[in-house]
Amino acid sequence: MTQLHVQEKSVPVLEIENLSQRFGGLTAIANFNIALGENDLTGLIGPNGAGKTTVFNLVSGFYQPSEGEIRIGGTPIAKLKPHQVTAMGVARTFQNIRLWSDMTVLDNIRVAQHYRLGYGFFHSILRSKTYQQREAEITKEANNLLEVFDLIRYRDEFPGNLPYGTQRKLEIARALSVHPKLLLLDEPAAGLNSNDIQDLIRLIRWIHNTFDVSIWMIEHHMDVMMELCNHIKVIDFGETIAEGSPEEIRKHPAVISAYLGDDTL
Amino acid sequence: MLRRYSVHMFLALLGFVLVYLAYNELVNLYILSILMFMGVNIILSASLNLVNGYMGEFSCGHAGFMCVGAYVSSMLGVLLFAKDKVFGLPLLSPEFALYAFPVLIFAGGVAAAFAGLLVAIPSYKTRGDYLAIITIAANYIIISGIENISYIGGSRGFMGMKRLIRSMEDVVDLPWMLIWVFLFTIFSIWILRRYLSSTFGKGVSAICQDEVAAEIMSVNTNKIKTITFMLSSGLAGIAGGLFAYILGYVNPGSFNILKSTEVLVMVYLGGMGSLSGSVLSAIFFTVLLEVLRPLQIIKWVVIPLLLIILMQFRPEGIMGNRELGDIFPWLKRFYRFK
Repeated sequence: MTQLHVQEKSVPVLEIENLSQRFGGLTAIANFNIALGENDLTGLIGPNGAGKTTVFNLVSGFYQPSEGEIRIGGTPIAKLKPHQVTAMGVARTFQNIRLWSDMTVLDNIRVAQHYRLGYGFFHSILRSKTYQQREAEITKEANNLLEVFDLIRYRDEFPGNLPYGTQRKLEIARALSVHPKLLLLDEPAAGLNSNDIQDLIRLIRWIHNTFDVSIWMIEHHMDVMMELCNHIKVIDFGETIAEGSPEEIRKHPAVISAYLGDDTL
Repeated sequence: MLRRYSVHMFLALLGFVLVYLAYNELVNLYILSILMFMGVNIILSASLNLVNGYMGEFSCGHAGFMCVGAYVSSMLGVLLFAKDKVFGLPLLSPEFALYAFPVLIFAGGVAAAFAGLLVAIPSYKTRGDYLAIITIAANYIIISGIENISYIGGSRGFMGMKRLIRSMEDVVDLPWMLIWVFLFTIFSIWILRRYLSSTFGKGVSAICQDEVAAEIMSVNTNKIKTITFMLSSGLAGIAGGLFAYILGYVNPGSFNILKSTEVLVMVYLGGMGSLSGSVLSAIFFTVLLEVLRPLQIIKWVVIPLLLIILMQFRPEGIMGNRELGDIFPWLKRFYRFK
């Protein structure tokens, strides 16, 4: 009995095996492997164009991998559409903020619960019992989420009117509204000032402690990564060049040469 | 209480006044037909606004779906309830026409909704200008298809629907066409409002504003697109059916690209993503067309010119993407806007 329990626990949230992605003749990702457990906080770094966002696009189902397999909680996601992958518990944010600009903050959170609306077109026309009940639940949940994220006062605002840092926060809140098991953050600190970055670090740590979610993030700000992650993977030109704890990565010669260039010319 | 039922009461009153005026022949047939075309135009512009305004696609083949609805409901009606040289004697007694009429119109709508798949399926992979070209192609396919079926009259058209209207009036003497147009117009706006104000339907706006974000935040974009295109073309089909019965005669030529353009003008005039804008502009545009009728063919110089002026000075249309309640806050006293 205990053994079964342990076994269940040990299925990684995300497993990537021998993943390769080629665009025409260009190999964007080569032989990528990773396994993320529950409640991990992992980093993915690399110079520009290294293929970091491509990995995220593959995991969220935007591309079909040329080779290899991605499994979410043990289930392969091959041939699934992005919205189906999201429904399995993978949420993400984007490098450039992608909120719905003409929808209120509340609606942004509500619409992101689309996969578990539990009603369809005819319910929405007839305003059935199911519809009313689910709408009330969705609104309540969205309000709760805004409350814990301290965004409730912006409820009826449009995202464009919010400060940049708050928009980031809202995008993360929206991602969490899909109840993810895995949260992918693509450069959450991009475009933030140093004050906002400190807030972001606190926010991510708080999410990590509060929600039952494994976080995987891409970031260029090394201080953010050093502070948050317990494991970092480094890729360059699609190849994994190093992985380990932040301390190990900081001193790793391959990482230093990838970032600063090779002086042995 | 007042806020809850104000619109119901207003519409009931409006309907009653219209029927009263028509029944006692206080307005002439010309005015009456303009009123009915207003209803048809409201349905057309509101349903096209769903795709062009709310979903942000550019459909310019709306008249094609109208055509499908018009032909299906009129052929079915004539086949079942009227004596005709194509279909011969009616299959059912003409007295039932009154009760079956909504079913006929709905049948046209359903057929048009399925014709909408012609655009919905390509929209999974294409969008923007490329999809616009597909919609024009769909419009042409439908028109040319019908023009080439000589059994139903080909390009000469199809008639016999007036008999149905007369048999309705024989059963109960009321201006039935006016009543049906009125009811179907309300029905169309009602269905669009409910769809668009539900969280499910807000997926449409999510697609418009950022399709990638919509897909990644678990909105099944293909499903929403299919439903939206089918709903839009289905309502166009309903409008087409009503149009056919008002005229008593249909021919494919009246559903060509010019008709689609007319509907587009109404949508842009009213404001993208504003249902009340669509309603207002449909009313305004119908009146405008009639006022400019003495100009005859010059009309089609003046109206496009108006469009150029509109795009120059008020590109967002009459209402922008706002609804009546945003512009006249005092209306909120009478009605809860969603």
